[in-house]
Amino acid sequence: MMHSRNRVVVTVTFALVVVMAIIAIGLGSVRVPIPDILQALFHASSSHVNDTIIFDIRLPRVLLALIIGANIAISGAILQAVMGNPLADPGLTGVTSGAAVAVLTIMLVMPEYTSFIPIAAFIGGIIAASIVYSLAWKKRGLSPISIILAGVAVNALCGGVVGYLSIMYSDRLPSAVQWMNGSLAAKGNHVLWMVLPYSIVGWIASIFAIRKTNIIKLGDQVASNLGENVNMIRILLSILAVFLAATSVAAIGMIGFVGLIVPHMARFLVGSNYKYLLPMSMALGALVLLIADTGGRTIVAPLEIPAGIVMAVIGGPYFLYLMRRSVF
Amino acid sequence: MLTVDSISIQYEKKTVIQDFSFSVQEGEIVSIIGPNGSGKSTILKAISRQLAPSKGDIKLQGVNISKLGRKETARQMCMLSQRNTAPEDMTVYDLVSYGRYPHKRWFEKLAEKDEKIIEWALEKTNMTQFKEKRIAMLSGGESQRAWIAMALSQQPKILLLDEPTTYLDISHQHEVLELVQELNREMNMTVIMVLHDLNQASYYSNRIVVVQNGKKQSCGTPEQVMTTDMVKNVYRMNCEINCNCNDKKPRIHLLNSTKVRGGISVDKAN
Repeated sequence: MMHSRNRVVVTVTFALVVVMAIIAIGLGSVRVPIPDILQALFHASSSHVNDTIIFDIRLPRVLLALIIGANIAISGAILQAVMGNPLADPGLTGVTSGAAVAVLTIMLVMPEYTSFIPIAAFIGGIIAASIVYSLAWKKRGLSPISIILAGVAVNALCGGVVGYLSIMYSDRLPSAVQWMNGSLAAKGNHVLWMVLPYSIVGWIASIFAIRKTNIIKLGDQVASNLGENVNMIRILLSILAVFLAATSVAAIGMIGFVGLIVPHMARFLVGSNYKYLLPMSMALGALVLLIADTGGRTIVAPLEIPAGIVMAVIGGPYFLYLMRRSVF
Repeated sequence: MLTVDSISIQYEKKTVIQDFSFSVQEGEIVSIIGPNGSGKSTILKAISRQLAPSKGDIKLQGVNISKLGRKETARQMCMLSQRNTAPEDMTVYDLVSYGRYPHKRWFEKLAEKDEKIIEWALEKTNMTQFKEKRIAMLSGGESQRAWIAMALSQQPKILLLDEPTTYLDISHQHEVLELVQELNREMNMTVIMVLHDLNQASYYSNRIVVVQNGKKQSCGTPEQVMTTDMVKNVYRMNCEINCNCNDKKPRIHLLNSTKVRGGISVDKAN
């Protein structure tokens, strides 16, 4: 009963993502009517101008928002299960800023190695996650407070490094500013092609992670009783979460709150079984970031607000609301 | 079936269990009793491989358990702790179905055979009527039964129970222990459990192991173990013991503490 209801909810959300994506392609300085979009997407070109707008500008940006949103949300959902902590999200735990420091180091200090950015982001995220684990791990597991404190420490440390790099390499900074704010502007097809393969690998791994995630949520003792190597699962799932978050950082910089609030929204809608929670987080994450980005580029047009800033403005109050409802 | 051969267990360099041995035959119910902090649960944790003994071996049907695969161990033994937490919105059926995972490879789905076993486990524990209910909505006794159903669907040969009755009122305590006894009798399931209540241990066990300060104080049938001297030595309580008229199991009536005010033991010589 619950299962079939959840299946419907997840399917409807995915359908909503497609609808929103088509609407978002139409919005912008040049409005493209929806029939024209559909014609361009599914048939031969309607007009050359529309083709350029849709395929070179809007579609890559929309797809990028969907992919990144999905990645961060899945990462948050997995971290929340692995750390047994509703506050665990790549941003608050410092994974995002660890990855960001690594990316910024390459961008500013060694711009000739730009192709290593995704790998660097991953390594930076892993280092940050390891620091959080070693600081927050008490005898009886991870406590919510210590994770947040460890996250504050890692974020502060990374903030310091970012500040230092910005001053030392201020001449090269303009190229990095948009990236630092989590902007999807002018990313184009090459960024899309950079993150897509990593993301697909991450999504496939996530499908296999569903059962393990559910088992680990029963508690360490029960999980090991069911023949699972709890610490190994925890390490592998953390690596997966960092991997997904790091691909996003590498592509568009720091976007907060998606990983925190989306899994909560998903849990509210489909419950805590990861068979539904994970795909639901994926769809909702895609939807939320698409709305944030599309809103950011249309509300104050011709100016643009980076999606990262829109998310902070929406996410902050939502976070306070969660605290008020004492979800943690 | 299971032999614990002179194991020692250390927690951060402190020896909690020292040179402890006992063995369990197939189809037995063995209770481990002892005061708080004596190391009862630690022994159960070592048997269920959550702690590795620093010395000695634990053998399951002649094979050292540290050499068994994790899933293999899970198919042989299942441990339930005194309090388990499931995600709030998990249904009883979903919980019980997790018991099948040690029997599945990581990509395998539940087959019809697994579903039959799940239904059977629900029926055995009298939980069929609750299968669509959420765990969080159940009473303490019902939720303990749901966890036992999960353990059953794992189809272990040995069931390890760590204080299965601690958080339950007396009628639910009785219900859970009756269920354990029924499983033992009908399916010849071997049960090793840690209990606090001496009378329950005496009534439901074939044999009792008494643990004191990490060492085995005594071991034997309830009649052999339950003596006024044992209770006085281990629990510092005076008691009377008589026999249950029906089954001749000893019944303990605790009288008073042997300690006088100020904590000085009257019978220090013991």
